[in-house]
Amino acid sequence: MGDPGTKEVFRLEDLEATGGRLMGRKHVLSILVENEPGVLARIAGLFARRGYNINTLAVGPTDDDQVSRITMTIDGAEHPIDQVTKQLHKLVHVLKIRDLDPNESVRRELALFKVEADAHVRQEIVQLTEIFKGRVVDVARRSITVEITGDDEKIEGFEQLVRPFGLIEMVRTGEIAVQRGRAET
Amino acid sequence: MRAVEAIMQCLKAEEVDVIFGLPGGANLPTYDAIYDSGIRHILVRHEAGGGHAAEGYAKATGKVGVSLATSGPGATNLVTPIADAMMDSVPTVFITGQVRTDLLGTDGFQEADITGITMPIVKHSVMIRDPRDIPSAIHEAFHVASTGRPGPVLVDVPQDLSRADIDYEPITSVDLPGYQPTTSGNAKQIRLAARALANAKRPVLYVGGGVVNSNASEQLRELALSDKFPVTATLMGLGAFPAPHEQWLGMLGMHGTRAANYAMDEADLIVAIGARFDDRITGKLDEFAPHAKFIHIDIDPAEISKNVPAHIPIVGDAKDILGKLSTEYKALNAEPARMNEWWSKITGWREQYPLGYEDSADSEIKPQFMIQEMLRVTEGQAIVSSDVGQHQMWTAQYYDFPEPRRWINSGGAGTMGFGLPAAMGAQVGCPDDLVVCLAGDGSLQMNIHELATCADNDIPVKIFLMNNGFLGMVRQWQELFWDRRYSAVDTGKHPDWVKLADAYGATGMQVTDKTQLGDAFKEAIETEGPVLVDVRVTPEENTYPMIPAGQAARDMVG
Ligand SMILES: Cc1ncc(C[n+]2csc(CCOP(=O)(O)OP(=O)(O)O)c2C)c(N)n1
Ligand SMILES: [Mg+2]
Repeated sequence: MGDPGTKEVFRLEDLEATGGRLMGRKHVLSILVENEPGVLARIAGLFARRGYNINTLAVGPTDDDQVSRITMTIDGAEHPIDQVTKQLHKLVHVLKIRDLDPNESVRRELALFKVEADAHVRQEIVQLTEIFKGRVVDVARRSITVEITGDDEKIEGFEQLVRPFGLIEMVRTGEIAVQRGRAET
Repeated sequence: MRAVEAIMQCLKAEEVDVIFGLPGGANLPTYDAIYDSGIRHILVRHEAGGGHAAEGYAKATGKVGVSLATSGPGATNLVTPIADAMMDSVPTVFITGQVRTDLLGTDGFQEADITGITMPIVKHSVMIRDPRDIPSAIHEAFHVASTGRPGPVLVDVPQDLSRADIDYEPITSVDLPGYQPTTSGNAKQIRLAARALANAKRPVLYVGGGVVNSNASEQLRELALSDKFPVTATLMGLGAFPAPHEQWLGMLGMHGTRAANYAMDEADLIVAIGARFDDRITGKLDEFAPHAKFIHIDIDPAEISKNVPAHIPIVGDAKDILGKLSTEYKALNAEPARMNEWWSKITGWREQYPLGYEDSADSEIKPQFMIQEMLRVTEGQAIVSSDVGQHQMWTAQYYDFPEPRRWINSGGAGTMGFGLPAAMGAQVGCPDDLVVCLAGDGSLQMNIHELATCADNDIPVKIFLMNNGFLGMVRQWQELFWDRRYSAVDTGKHPDWVKLADAYGATGMQVTDKTQLGDAFKEAIETEGPVLVDVRVTPEENTYPMIPAGQAARDMVG
């Protein structure tokens, strides 16, 4: 919407609706909250009640011991993201929300893959792990456990490759993220 | 000093002059402090009554209503009033007792996780973990309850912490970094809105309870009269614009007037002010106001574009924004004649479809007539609190509210049983006003015990009971949409209301003849103390007009 002062002719028809729309992409919400009991329950409850789906969730301390950070990813094709953030802002203990564009931020997640691997495929999995700059963290007679760090595409890429070997278990932390090229929190 | 004494100091600092509550084990220390606090405490007969009384007090006075309960069942009895206060944005503070901290999480006697239970229905809540936090928690509760979009705040105080000794220093400010409501509207958006109004040929002002909450009636009037803007209001917004008035279209929505609903349907610009496009207003969302652009003014940013996308959103206090909008609008010197055609259309609807009903030819009392008689006898000057059902809708349709805070009802939650305790709270807050509870026979029984509270505390509420012998609104739906299969809607022959009133220490009366109704109302008003008038009305009358649920304004029936 333009500056109302600059338009010569005003026509109601030219007004465009704002907000409430599905943005269609993945959103990474980085939420700073006061370290109070029940904050996570309030956020989870809000999402459940309003029918919003959380894809991943990671909670951890920040440099300030009064403040925690919650990083969650949600699908903007399913939920109008402005509604989600506005509802979150209504919680008194929510201090700040940043809606990070996945393309403009550094995102990281840690995943552990326990894969079926007897002696003759083990080498192949080790090679894949090297290509993905991962680490082998445990080797047993019939399985191998690998640690991969990266954004969700990388982790899902690795998952695709090892699945055919027999994926016994996959454990993911959920993404954390920071905006590129800016130092502020 | 004991923490509970600090609570009393805080309540006094917040200018609390009355508390509605009921004691128990976990809040014994609090009640000990109330004993000589000098704050008036009204002992209710059920905590839900206390909660609704706090709401009625808040709605009538604009101040924060306060209600106390003990832990466990005492606290869970507050769940309905808390939910109600959330839905209707009523500034309220609930202080509950909790079991001792060493019992927390052990399923101790009368333990209930009330902060957990109420999490989705409070604006904010806190359970005290350190007695030194009690004073700031109380002040924060009042601050959050009464600012921004008002709402209920719960403070849960474990019994042992409430007895602890703390150093009490009066607190003058609150520090809530995560709570910073926007109050002042964006100037650019306001200017844009003024220009949109100046260019609208078919505008409507759609007013909600937010205008009442922000005490913005004056400013609303100024804007409406700065040109000839038609005004309609939601159930919660009644009284924000004076009725009757040539620019007043009546209530909109499910049981609104045709003029109001058709105007929304054909408008080119709708200015929503402190209203939230509830489904009782929009009906079928896809077909709601299909030609309109929307200016949405609300203090809660989450309401904007929640149900209907706004074209010009303005976040802030309605009072501030409406004042500025009027000034901006007047400066544009818009041509009033552009609305001539619009007004002739609206006038046509008004003439063709006035609110109306077929009056009885004999002595039978039609429910609509009952409201008209109440309007006549009270000269529109009563504070009217209602329950939920047909009687509520008829009151909204037929009682003209000249001012805000005179219509007290449960809109968003539709809580039966709200009427009497809310009337009680309103009467305590406004002792010099006539307070009428327009009750339904189904609803009234849900909190009738508060009649004893009224009688014992000289709270002279006048209950005008619209007795149709049915859970009327449900019966209406069964008649219209469920093939008249009346399932569980007959309220039976009991109680004998006159005897019941008598038993509770109030005066009971019964009226069955319409020629005696007005005099009975007068007598009730002149009688000291609480009075219950059992008015026998037509059992099977339907509330019309009506937009059947999920249909569009064009589909109004009746
Ligand atoms: C606590 C509660 N339970 C059930 C309902 C559903 N309900 C809505 S209106 C209504 C009938 C109310 O009957 P009454 O108070 O006699 O009012 P009437 O419609 O007859 O005027 C019912 C049961 C409700 N709104 N609230
Ligand atoms: Mg009834």
